[in-house]
Amino acid sequence: MNILVYLIPIAFTLGFAGLAAFFWAMKNDQFEDLDGAAQRILHDDE
Amino acid sequence: MTHSISTAPFIINEPDGTHSMCVLVDGIRCAGCIANIERTLKEQADIVSARVNFSTRRLKIIWRGGANLADTWVSLVQGLGFRTMPYDPAVSEAADTREEKFLLKCLAVAGFASGNLMLFSIPLWTSDSVEMTAATRSMFQWVQAFIAMPAIIYCGLPFYKSAWAALKEYRTNMDVPISVAVVLATAMSLFETYNHGEHAYFDSGVMLLFFLLIGRYLDARARGQARSAAKDLLHMMQGFATVLHSDGRHERVALGNIETGMILVVAAGEKIGADGEVITGVSEIDTSLITGETLPQTAIVGSKLFAGTLNIAAPLTMRVTQNADQSLLAEIIRLMETAEQSQAKYVTIADQISSWYTPAVHALAAITFLGWLWFGGAPWQVALLYAATVLIITCPCALGLAVPVVQVLATGKLMRMGVLIKSGSALERLATITHVVLDKTGTLTLGHPELVDAAQYSQSQLQLAASVAVHSKHPLSRAVCRAYSGALLPVEHVQEIAGQGLQAGYNGHTIRLGKAGWSGAADVVHVNDHALELWLYDGDTAPLRFAFTDALREDAAQVVQKLQSSGLTLTMLSGDRPKAVNVAAQAVGITNALAHVSPVEKSQYLQTLAHNGAHVLMVGDGLNDAPSLAAAQVSMSPASAADIAQNAADIVFQGDKFAPVYTTWRIAKFSQVLVKQNFALAMLYNIVAIPLAMAGYVTPIIAAIAMSSSSIIVVLNALRLNIYEAK
Repeated sequence: MNILVYLIPIAFTLGFAGLAAFFWAMKNDQFEDLDGAAQRILHDDE
Repeated sequence: MTHSISTAPFIINEPDGTHSMCVLVDGIRCAGCIANIERTLKEQADIVSARVNFSTRRLKIIWRGGANLADTWVSLVQGLGFRTMPYDPAVSEAADTREEKFLLKCLAVAGFASGNLMLFSIPLWTSDSVEMTAATRSMFQWVQAFIAMPAIIYCGLPFYKSAWAALKEYRTNMDVPISVAVVLATAMSLFETYNHGEHAYFDSGVMLLFFLLIGRYLDARARGQARSAAKDLLHMMQGFATVLHSDGRHERVALGNIETGMILVVAAGEKIGADGEVITGVSEIDTSLITGETLPQTAIVGSKLFAGTLNIAAPLTMRVTQNADQSLLAEIIRLMETAEQSQAKYVTIADQISSWYTPAVHALAAITFLGWLWFGGAPWQVALLYAATVLIITCPCALGLAVPVVQVLATGKLMRMGVLIKSGSALERLATITHVVLDKTGTLTLGHPELVDAAQYSQSQLQLAASVAVHSKHPLSRAVCRAYSGALLPVEHVQEIAGQGLQAGYNGHTIRLGKAGWSGAADVVHVNDHALELWLYDGDTAPLRFAFTDALREDAAQVVQKLQSSGLTLTMLSGDRPKAVNVAAQAVGITNALAHVSPVEKSQYLQTLAHNGAHVLMVGDGLNDAPSLAAAQVSMSPASAADIAQNAADIVFQGDKFAPVYTTWRIAKFSQVLVKQNFALAMLYNIVAIPLAMAGYVTPIIAAIAMSSSSIIVVLNALRLNIYEAK
């Protein structure tokens, strides 16, 4: 059972990484325009 | 609005010396529109960035150089054919968005916490004291407590706040049992963990919050969308007028600040800002939005003008005779407000259910606690634990999801069809209607005249007429232009003679397009079919007659029939002439049609209907319909309607077809069926789960399975809306 000493912190770290990534995305307005990206792919310049 | 209003208050000066401004843009439909706007702006040397947010139809422009360039950018966008309105992002996106973002953060934390809790819950559920030593079990429970405590404190905030607010006013709401359940379950679990007990309910508490937050978030989003749709319209409505001062200076003044005696300059194509009378100029006034009359009225010196009507032919100057707050427009707004107040307050189905559900849940938990304590002979800790499981199990996960999931799906589906829902409970109210009251002009009809039988004219006749007509904004001229799509002739010296028609030179001839007498048709046999007409005189051959009619929407008759055969009672109320009303009523098959109805009478008619127990849907587009739109249980208006009518309506539909009225009603009805089924499913689950919980058989694993399965079933049932087709 000693392996738990490593596994539990690893599980937490991964979970926190996911949560942090989500908060980062929210803070940087990644969810502001969910429909726009689908339309913009049709532009062929740029 | 054809020209810009003052952009100065909306410009933000950035620290790096650039300026930025946010603009609402009406009319963005596709990728082409985005590309069009962004490309046009980026071609300008001073533009740093221009980005359209397609979801919210907003544009953010950042530029170098003078702040006064803002007007240039706005008029560039307007030149592309979009209506624009600068706005202040700080004001517009304050409370709603903050609440939505906070709920999303709570949801993310709850999701993270319940996922991590499961890592420890599953070994605990699937092992016994032989497979896992007491020390390991205890450690797992402490780790769970470590994850769950911050999550329960943070993610529960929206519920605790609302429950506390209710309790302070001696009321209860759904959030009271939720808060009690979560706090109690957590406290009992800590107690159990400390005493090395068998069951800890940390995962149940967090999972409960997770599912409830999904419902809460969807609900906030749907309401936020409805509110921002309503607010966008309000932004678009704030108008300005050009005041001419005695020293010859022109100034843009907000409509609310216009006073009696001011002189206004009204350009051709501009809306009239106040009630008053013409001092100089002759023009034609489109009053269709106020009176429902299709044909424009001629305005000469001394004619009365009303706020909200449209000057279509030539520039006018007018003297204001009524302050803004006494104008006909203000009168109609007051009528609307009284109508809104007298409208019975609608209680949503979710509120109805929670009004008896909350006390019932509390009572069951109390019975469980006291029953175990007095008759079951259990120690108080155990009795309290069982009472907590009853609260957790009955807590309305599925109930909390039942309405928001359906609402979000229905709103999204309708939005893709061009129907905008502006009020959260609009669909629910629409589902129960028994009567439909329709306006004629602009609602059943397209609201603008169309050329009758265009095929009888030769291409060269249409070409000549369209080449002259293209220079005018008169509805009949525009109808001629719509009927012809080829190249135009280079006509010269075009003059619009108000009240008569258009005159132009071509190939040495004088061409006239206008009234019969003026276009040399007085001696031609007069056709008496009450149709609107224009005569074209090419200076050579006999004058040619173009007849027009305000065409019905192409599917109007079909949709009216469908509504009638579905058991709804239809009435047509119009401000137009009896003759025109009867023709339209017969064409679509409505027997009950009233003509010459004033705005007040319309709104009274609706109040009488409501008084007699009818649930009325009002469909209208004009300023004269606005009070009755507000008075009806639920209201719809086409996107071509007057701004104020769109504001008053709960639902706005786009396009030239009438079918959205029927489709929206069908989808609303189906949504209500789904909501009721969802409630029934949630109840069924409670009927099974509550006795088990009261008897003390609900372990953490049963609570987890029951909670997630009932939520998933409710969501799956709601998803049937996506494959539903209104026939």
